[in-house]
Amino acid sequence: MELKKKVQDLRVIETSRLNKRHFILELEAPEKLPLILPGQFVQALIKDSPSTFLRRPFSVHAVDYRKNSLRLLIQIKGPGTQHLSELKEGDPLNLIYPLGNSFSLPFTKDVLLVGGGCGVAPLLFLAQFLNHNNIYPTILLGFRTREEVSEIDAYAASGKVHVITDDGTEGEKGLVVDHSIFQLERLPFKKIFCCGPDAMMKAVAKIARMHKTDCEVSLENTMACGFGVCLCCITPTDKGNERVCVEGPVFNINRLKWQ
Amino acid sequence: MMKDLSINIAGLHFKNPVTTASGTFGYGDEFLDFIDPGKLGGIFVKAVTGKNREGNAYPRMAETASGMLNSVGLQNKGIDHFCREIYPKIRNFNTNVIVNVSGSTIEEYIEVAEKINDLDDIPAIELNISCPNVKLGGMAFGTVPDMATEVTAEVRKVYKKVLMVKLSPNVTSITDLAKAVVDGGADAITLINTLLGMAIDAEKRRPVLSTITGGLSGPAIKPIALRMVWQVHKAVHIPVIGLGGIMNATDAIEFILAGASAIQVGTANFIDPTVSLKIVDGIDSYMERHKIKLVSDLVGALRTE
Repeated sequence: MELKKKVQDLRVIETSRLNKRHFILELEAPEKLPLILPGQFVQALIKDSPSTFLRRPFSVHAVDYRKNSLRLLIQIKGPGTQHLSELKEGDPLNLIYPLGNSFSLPFTKDVLLVGGGCGVAPLLFLAQFLNHNNIYPTILLGFRTREEVSEIDAYAASGKVHVITDDGTEGEKGLVVDHSIFQLERLPFKKIFCCGPDAMMKAVAKIARMHKTDCEVSLENTMACGFGVCLCCITPTDKGNERVCVEGPVFNINRLKWQ
Repeated sequence: MMKDLSINIAGLHFKNPVTTASGTFGYGDEFLDFIDPGKLGGIFVKAVTGKNREGNAYPRMAETASGMLNSVGLQNKGIDHFCREIYPKIRNFNTNVIVNVSGSTIEEYIEVAEKINDLDDIPAIELNISCPNVKLGGMAFGTVPDMATEVTAEVRKVYKKVLMVKLSPNVTSITDLAKAVVDGGADAITLINTLLGMAIDAEKRRPVLSTITGGLSGPAIKPIALRMVWQVHKAVHIPVIGLGGIMNATDAIEFILAGASAIQVGTANFIDPTVSLKIVDGIDSYMERHKIKLVSDLVGALRTE
């Protein structure tokens, strides 16, 4: 398998609505899927949608090499994602993929995955990847409310799942950093992988630093191209402004300039 | 039918009129998974300045109706890094590799142009006097005719190969600027760079871009670009390279008819990294359909009577 980027029409083979705001697209590739790593993303072309000029980036939610398909977990935010939510089985969707770097394979089995909202998207793929390497992570998932809690069975098959909701309608109540896991005097994890809104990732990073726990986060900066030429999605790092789409989206928090 | 897509610009041979716009094609190597740059007439690589520039703060991009705003601010690692690290990787692309030269002072433009003059496999530079996203220099040189003449003339003294100058559309009279750079010794004119624009997030009551204003590109600016290419083509005797919102071969043909000897594909590269080659094919089939043997016969062939 090669790590070459492709521009390709994939075919929708399944759409499923998780709740009011989230849905899953399963896409079949016309030829053998390239090797895709957890944390990588795709740039999807929104056709015939006048207000969406640029592609939309989505992290890969799962890959099934036997079915030659990949899954995207998408939150409806505007006309572009609305358009994607209306795709039907058999419709084509043009992707540039696979893009970006990936989460690293940890040198420990004490791994915590933290996801919030749509940021949970790459974590299922990551958990499955870790399982292949005999790592069964603890997975903390934050949602707004019970209605948005979804795919728990899939996560539970790959690790020990904890849920927290903003309103306490499922699991514990509060933001992910309020969860009892983080209230322990000694954090029982040697590696944290985190994806979600910036404020959430910064809060998790703060805890990780406090406990001197290694932590990687996946950034979601707005981008135009997704493959390293527009230089719009940069984030300040220890090497200057780096591209989230090429040097990222996954960064170790020690390299980022946020505190 | 035998067709000839080649174009001559100031003595430089282009195998076809399709090139890629600076700032939208990286240094070309980012596109190698998608296309062979050797099939293009040329590539204009990312702006190079005298010293390392980190560019502007994030956010640098706002999507707008049929276009986008950017405020990258010429992020690059400087001319010495370019000569040492980038040039060896791109010098053997089988096409014209042209470097966009930028600076904050005339001295900086001269320094960069002088160093690129020594690179055997760079046959031309594009003097960027039109970047709207830097505080010093950039567009300041490209909106006042006397300054445009001066920076062009100073670079002309040290740069011996093909000197192109990229103009800003943010002026009252584009032909005055075009004539000014001809006076300074330009061999060709590229236009248009981005239009100064702005996007606002009403919910947050804040500008979208960290720099408040930025440069607008994409199909939204195409009618303005076409008009300016047409005006400049009529006003000066040197070749014009046209860009601004070109998304497909029809757009490219329109620019050529308006007077562009070659075109640059810009923002469209972000959406389809293979689009430049599709445009080459599309120009070929247009010529077939209209029984045009030489693409040069289409340059400025707009019928206005």
